[in-house]
Amino acid sequence: MLTAGLAWPSTALADETTARQPKVNLVLDVSGSMRARDIDGQSRMAAAKQAFNEVLDATPEDVQLGIRTLGANYPGDDQKRGCRDTAQLYPVGPLDRTEAKAAVATLVPTGWTPIGPALLKAADDLDGGTGSKRIVLISDGEDTCAPLDPCEVAREIAAKGIGLTIDTLGLVPNTRMRQQLSCIAEATGGTYTSVEHTDELTDRVNQLVDRAADPVVTPVATEGGTECAEAPTLESGLYTDREEFGQERWYRVDVRPGQELRASVSVSADREVSPGYGVLLRAVTVHGREIVRGEAAGHGRTDVISTGLRYPKPETDDEDAPAEAVCLKVTTSFSPAPGVKTTPGLPLELTLDVVDGPSDADDVAAFGLGRGWWLLGALILAGFLAGLLWGWVSRWRIAVWRTN
Amino acid sequence: MRISKALGTALLLLGLTAGPAAADDDPTAASAPAAAGTSFRTAAEIGQGQTATAEGSAGDYLYWSFPADAGQRPTVRATVKLPKAHAAETWQLDVYDGLRRRQACQWGAQTRTAAADAGSVELACVLRTVRAWSEPWANDPLPGTYYVRLTAVGLPTGDLGLPVGAEVRVDAEDMGGAAAVDGRLAEPLVPGSATASAASDQEDTSAVLSSIEPEDGWASGWWSDRWVWTAVGGLLAALAGIGGYALTRGSGRPSRVPPSA
Repeated sequence: MLTAGLAWPSTALADETTARQPKVNLVLDVSGSMRARDIDGQSRMAAAKQAFNEVLDATPEDVQLGIRTLGANYPGDDQKRGCRDTAQLYPVGPLDRTEAKAAVATLVPTGWTPIGPALLKAADDLDGGTGSKRIVLISDGEDTCAPLDPCEVAREIAAKGIGLTIDTLGLVPNTRMRQQLSCIAEATGGTYTSVEHTDELTDRVNQLVDRAADPVVTPVATEGGTECAEAPTLESGLYTDREEFGQERWYRVDVRPGQELRASVSVSADREVSPGYGVLLRAVTVHGREIVRGEAAGHGRTDVISTGLRYPKPETDDEDAPAEAVCLKVTTSFSPAPGVKTTPGLPLELTLDVVDGPSDADDVAAFGLGRGWWLLGALILAGFLAGLLWGWVSRWRIAVWRTN
Repeated sequence: MRISKALGTALLLLGLTAGPAAADDDPTAASAPAAAGTSFRTAAEIGQGQTATAEGSAGDYLYWSFPADAGQRPTVRATVKLPKAHAAETWQLDVYDGLRRRQACQWGAQTRTAAADAGSVELACVLRTVRAWSEPWANDPLPGTYYVRLTAVGLPTGDLGLPVGAEVRVDAEDMGGAAAVDGRLAEPLVPGSATASAASDQEDTSAVLSSIEPEDGWASGWWSDRWVWTAVGGLLAALAGIGGYALTRGSGRPSRVPPSA
């Protein structure tokens, strides 16, 4: 009984730690084209295997790693069957290096390149837990399973899960492949890398796995209202939301007198958008009066457009003064490039900080201090004149005294 | 003239020695990060005077963050090492403040196009002087966290994903009391500071949005070389006063007055 009582909290603690562990799913293309021998004189498959072995050795202890393949099992010509061909080679969980390596060794380049379906399944593999989640896709060809656009799949996945990033690596890529893989990466805030050599592949995958292990603040999902009255009331923290083109999002924050509200908002361009764009963040009272705004506009290639604002609420003598509900309104002026799907909305990140103490005038300049040669000159002149006056007054007083 | 020069030098010396220590130039003070973040949230933190390096791919958005305090004028310098063969690429350096507002560069090549096959491209951005306080409606740089974003803004598809290296260094010039303003922020603009202070009560603080601060802490706001200027000014005024008095009053008592009076 006693042992059970002692053991229970530690298990709970372990569960909690496991839940927060970062998860990485390596998705490897095992399609027929991986047979091509153009990476450092060896086949793409051999290069990938070598890189995987090194990555598995270097994976940090607290990372839960899984491996999924695409196109590994069906060698036939039927597109329907070929496009379902994705399998979990090693389940996401605590890593057993020997087992994982043995599993990788069995791979033989075989079938199609169903990137979209593989990404969907890979996202399912990562389900659960609160840690950061990362999919690393290694492919040597573009998706062969139209009409399902892997880029849109990636966007859907990013919209579903919080903190899921897809990084892509293209082995000996051509132009279309570059476009497709970088589109997948940008849809989720990930990165795209072209790989021509084995060591590049190893280094990059290692870097990505390490990046997953870095602790980051996980944002909280929220959904802004369409007007201030319906807006959710938020506290200090980091939030994410989705905002469709042309939509406005409202949030509410309570600010007590003597506190300062700091809000910043970033809207990511996770798909192709027109080159001119902007974001506007307004803080308005519940009656609709604008207090302060932050605005930003940009042009050209970008991952994100962001702005912020600060609202110090003056202190009052009344101790029981109620908190003021400040409404934050976010609008953007992104417009989608022709032919780009507009749902789900663009990812929005909102940082809220309500800090104590408004800004007040208590620095040196406010003490009445000055600087510069003009100040010295003025002081010397004033002192000299005062001295003259004093001397003249005392002289006059002596003269008066003498006549009396 | 000579007196004013000597006085100026003395004032400057006094201001310099008594002022807060300038940003430490020693790059070995703390290890500089060898990787960059990919978003504001994951930005790699660097101190002033450190040279941070990162390996990435052309097309990545690389983020770093650094602290800047009131009275400093930060300069961000970045060098991008490009692969052997590439087309003409345009690279850009953007600086954002703690509220993620884009900050203007006074001067420096913020955007530069590297010619085809050029080995590297160098970018620089000299920010405005960080003020201790500004009105909420202004966009002035305020003490707190600053973000650096380095990316290729003009990139042919053929160059997407090629390996690149980046080096970033932030230095700050201390502008002294000339930049003092009438006010002070209650807390520096460090994102997540409200949640960080709440979380620090709990034992496990796994991640915060920003945990950087200047080497000698944030300025308390009371020191400035204005103290020296004003004090010396007061002293000189007193001396001038004595001089003026002596001039009108004459030296000592009038000679006609008998000593016994």
